[in-house]
Formats: sequence, C-alpha cells, structure tokens
Amino acid sequence: MTATQTRPEETAPAPPPVLSFDDVLLEFSGVTALNGVSFTVEPGELFAVIGPNGAGKTSIFNVLSGVYRPQRGSVRFGDHELIGRKPHAIARLGIARTFQNIELFSNLTVLDNLMLGRHHHHPYGVLAAFAWLGKARRNECANRLAVERIVDFLELAPWRRMPVGLLPYGVQKRVELGRALAAEPKLLLLDEPVAGMNLEETEDMARFILDIRDELGLPIVMVEHDMGLVMDLADRILVVDFGRPIRTGPPREVAADPDVVRAYLGEQHRIVDRS
Amino acid sequence: MSGRLATSYGQDMALLNTPAKRWWTLVLVVAAVALPFVLEDDLLVVLATAFVAAIGAIGLNIVTGYAGQVSLGHAFFLAIGAYTAAALSGDPDSTRLIGFGITSLPVWLLAAGLVAGLAGLIVAPLAARLRGLYLAVVTLGLVFIGEHVFKHWRDLTGGVGVGRPAAVPELFGLEFAVDGAMFTKAQKLYLLMFVLLVIFGVLARNLVRSRIGRALAAVRDRDLAAEVIGVDVTRYKMIAFAVSSFYAGVAGALLYVMIGFVEPGSFNLALSVQYIAMILVGGVATISGSVLGALFITLLPRLTRELPAVLPFVSSSSTAGGITVFQVEAILYGLLIIGFLIFEPRGLFGIWIRIRTYWKAWPFSH
Repeated sequence: MTATQTRPEETAPAPPPVLSFDDVLLEFSGVTALNGVSFTVEPGELFAVIGPNGAGKTSIFNVLSGVYRPQRGSVRFGDHELIGRKPHAIARLGIARTFQNIELFSNLTVLDNLMLGRHHHHPYGVLAAFAWLGKARRNECANRLAVERIVDFLELAPWRRMPVGLLPYGVQKRVELGRALAAEPKLLLLDEPVAGMNLEETEDMARFILDIRDELGLPIVMVEHDMGLVMDLADRILVVDFGRPIRTGPPREVAADPDVVRAYLGEQHRIVDRS
Repeated sequence: MSGRLATSYGQDMALLNTPAKRWWTLVLVVAAVALPFVLEDDLLVVLATAFVAAIGAIGLNIVTGYAGQVSLGHAFFLAIGAYTAAALSGDPDSTRLIGFGITSLPVWLLAAGLVAGLAGLIVAPLAARLRGLYLAVVTLGLVFIGEHVFKHWRDLTGGVGVGRPAAVPELFGLEFAVDGAMFTKAQKLYLLMFVLLVIFGVLARNLVRSRIGRALAAVRDRDLAAEVIGVDVTRYKMIAFAVSSFYAGVAGALLYVMIGFVEPGSFNLALSVQYIAMILVGGVATISGSVLGALFITLLPRLTRELPAVLPFVSSSSTAGGITVFQVEAILYGLLIIGFLIFEPRGLFGIWIRIRTYWKAWPFSH
C-alpha cells in the first residue's frame, strides 16, 4: 500500500512494519481532523510526525491509542487491527505513550506511577490482593525490580518516593516517559517529549530517547515542534497539514521539499545543511 | 524512614516496615485489648459501635477516597447487609418475619457482605457513565428507594416503628450478645468487633497497596490516562463499588447487632452523611484515617450529651425548648466537614502526619 514510498525497492525481503497506519479519515461533526493519512513504522525506527498547530498530529496519536475512533481506514499493529479496540486493550498489546500535557497521577509517588505503567505485567486478582501474602507479594516484588531498572535508566532515583505533583516539570516529563517504558512496550509514542523544556532538559531528553532506541531497540513515533530535535533524531519524518499528509521521508529530503517549507517552516525559513 | 535499610523489596513493601510502626502497633493492640477490663460497659458499647462504623467508613473510603466516586448511597448498602444478616439469623418459626435460623456469625456476616457487594455491582454500571455530582445524586436516589422499600416490606423489616431483632452473633456455640459467666455482653461484643476491625482493616490495607489500589487511585486522578496505560476503568469502578458495598454490608450487619434492633427508618440520608463526615474528618484515601474518623464521629454524641448540663439553651429533648442535642450534633457534623475541608483536607490523619514530622525534626523547625 503506502509502505515505503520514499525508499528504493530493496532486494532482500524487508521485515514487516511494526505499525501501518492506512488511509485514515477522522471527522468531528464537520471538522476533518485527519484525511487520508498513511504511514508505516519499521522495526527499530524513530519516526517523527510534524506539522503546524492543529494539523492533526495528536489526533494521529489518539487514533493509535484508541481514544478516537476514525470513520475510515485501518491501523495495524503487528497482526492486530487497532481500530475498534478500547484504549486499555491497545495498551495491553504493547503500545505505550506519553502525553503533550503531562498526564501523571499527581498524588501518587514516582514509584507508584511507574508501577502503574506495569499494570498488566504479573497481574493478580482482587482476592490475591486482599490476602497479599503469596502471589500478590511475589508479583509486586517482580514488578518493583523492573521498575527500579527504569529508575536507574532514567536517573530518577532522587525522587523515587516523592509525589509527582511536587516535582519540577522536566522531571515529570521524564517520569511520564518512565511510566511508558515500564510497560515494556513494543512501540513507544512520544507526544511532544520536550515541549516547554529548557535547553538542558531538552538535551537530557534527547539523550534518553536515543538511549531507548539504541539500547532497547524500540520503535518510536514522536510528535514534536522542536525542529532541531526532530532533524537530529528522526530516521524518517511525516509532515501533516490540515489533516492531510504532505510528505514522508528522511529529514534532509523533507526539509528541502518546497511544499513542506511553504506549509510549515514558512517561505523565509531554510534548513541549513547540517552535514 | 530514618535509621533503616531495607534489603529486599518485600521488606520495603511490608505494612509495618519500620521499628517505630511495629512498636506503636503493638502498644495500640495491647491497649485496645486491655480496655474492656478498665472501662465501664456503656463506654465499651460506644467503642465497639465505633469499630463497626470504622469498617463501614473503610468501605466508603475505598469507593470515594481511593476511587474518587462520590457515593451518598452508603446507607442503602448498610441496610442490605443489616437485613440479610437479620433475616438469615432470624427465628424460622416466626409468622411475622422472614427468618432462616442460621445464627453462625461467619455465615451471616459473609452473606451480608456478599449480598451488599452484589447490590453494589448492580449499581456500578451507573458509575461507569456518570461522575461527580451526577453520581452523587443517583446514589442519593438509591437511599430514597431503599427507605421506601424497607418501610413497606413488612415481612422483611417489620415495618416503621416496629422493626425486627438484629442478627444473633454466635460463634461455635459462643453467644456474644448475652452476659456470660466470665465476660459481660459489652466486653464480649467489644472484643469481637475489635478483632473484626483488625481483620477487615488489614485486608483493606492490603488491597489499597496492591495493583488494584493503585489502579483505583489512577481512575480517581486521571481516568483517561489510566485507560491509556492499560487500566480498564469501567472494571475498576465496578470493583470499587463491589468492595465498598461488601464492607458496608458487613458493617450494617454488625452495627445493628450493637443496637439489637433494626429500624427501617434509620437508613436515611443522615446516615450516609455521617459516613461521609467520618472519611472527611478522618482522612480521605487512608485506612487509618477511616478508623480515626469513625471513632471521632461515633464518640461525638457522648460529648454532646453532656451539653445540657453545661449550656442552659441546649436541651436533651424537643419538648423542653431551645435547641436539642440532636440538632447540635447535626450542626457539629456540618461544621466539622466544612472546617476540615478548609483547614485540613487530609483530616485527622493529616494532623497526625504533621505531628509526626514535627517530632522527627525536633528541635529544628524544618
């Protein structure tokens, strides 16, 4: 279908894409949020979605995580069709996400927030929870071990037992990333991971994102406004405007596309060749 | 947390994870067990009633404090528990009332909890669709429906002004509600209710520190985010209502064992509000706060009863003029709720935390 329009035909059979988003139409009583958006995410790829405000970037994420149900199209994740599934069922399939505006459980500690990310790992029922001793305790310990690894990975140790509502903004963003990682997802969705961050926090976050891709080999879809970050990190970029896809391709090609420049970067803005 | 080093996650997650907590729990338990041999019987009855109320308050705190679903219907579930227990242990030969003659306490107590829990499960789908004020109003409707049914279903409840005897507490041949050779009725009931409170308190504490408890808190704080990270919000709202109603059913059954009689008119809005006051005064989303609040609210009438002797404008009955002690109580509930919401939203539990941090840091102020 729309698999790899911008890539030359490869001779070896390519591994199937992790995610294929195909010809999706999403409307809200007359307002078209997404119209014919298609893309695929390959294994281990960092795929970025950019576009002006209101272009439909977050709508793509909300379709992916089951919050919105599109009128047309298909979203396939591995062997599963995602459209029509409830958000919690999609999470269980292995898709985790962060939000543009932090959606943490602000009364709970960092540890509890991360533990919630692992809600469907090592589960046990209500009766086991009442009894605690035995299965519940064992499974809590197993989850705690996994969570402590995330704490180490994202350098969250100093804040472990603090309610997240009291933490600085940059740290909260990191906790949210940690909660998504704690789920051991097969695909990670990052909605503006550095929005509102200062330079130092942005650099920290960029480092974590690269670590996630390189060390965990996790495919990532990222929506971001920080063009520098997107150009530096992404393998491929999808540009959307008014809900329609404009161009998909590697950063350099996309930045040079006159349609993209007109729609998003503005006539005067030219990306300097970074090589 | 000072001066301790957990060497395993199990140790770190234990309920009594510090020596201080272990010692204070021991002191409290010893004191509570010694009380019946020190205090007078009428005070023991009040305390035992408070223990039972604490079980009910824990239930309300699970649905309202932890899961964030405001429920004014607690009185309805208390009633279901009370009538299930009373009917099960009722006289089977009675021509006036339904009775099955099962006086074994574990049987009717569990049944009371389960029937109320089932009722909670039936009501829960409403909570999946409504939130906040709307849910409060719907659960309020339950109380009115319940009041009407209980007043008119004479075979079960005995009707207004008549009522029916409460459940008979009997455990392996041991009768709790009669004076014995060694212990008085009040002493026996006090110890029974204390043991039951400890059991149900520990069970609830286990639940709220588990993945279930975390999921409930997630539903309360941000239901959309909870859903997206994999928590089935509808399912957890149902669990919250079922568990909460189970606790209410148990508390309802035991509450009327203390009083001895079930009066169908007593399951009204005022009863629900009393429980709301307990968790607000004690501390929202804490188990120990529920117990503190229940003790406070149940012991309050003991204090207001002394008022007519001190304040001439307060009278003990409505015929004597002035305002009655009951009105004073109602006003006090209101004032306490408002006062705690404004000045200490974490309730008595919050005050305790503040005292604890003060002494931890003493003599430095920070």
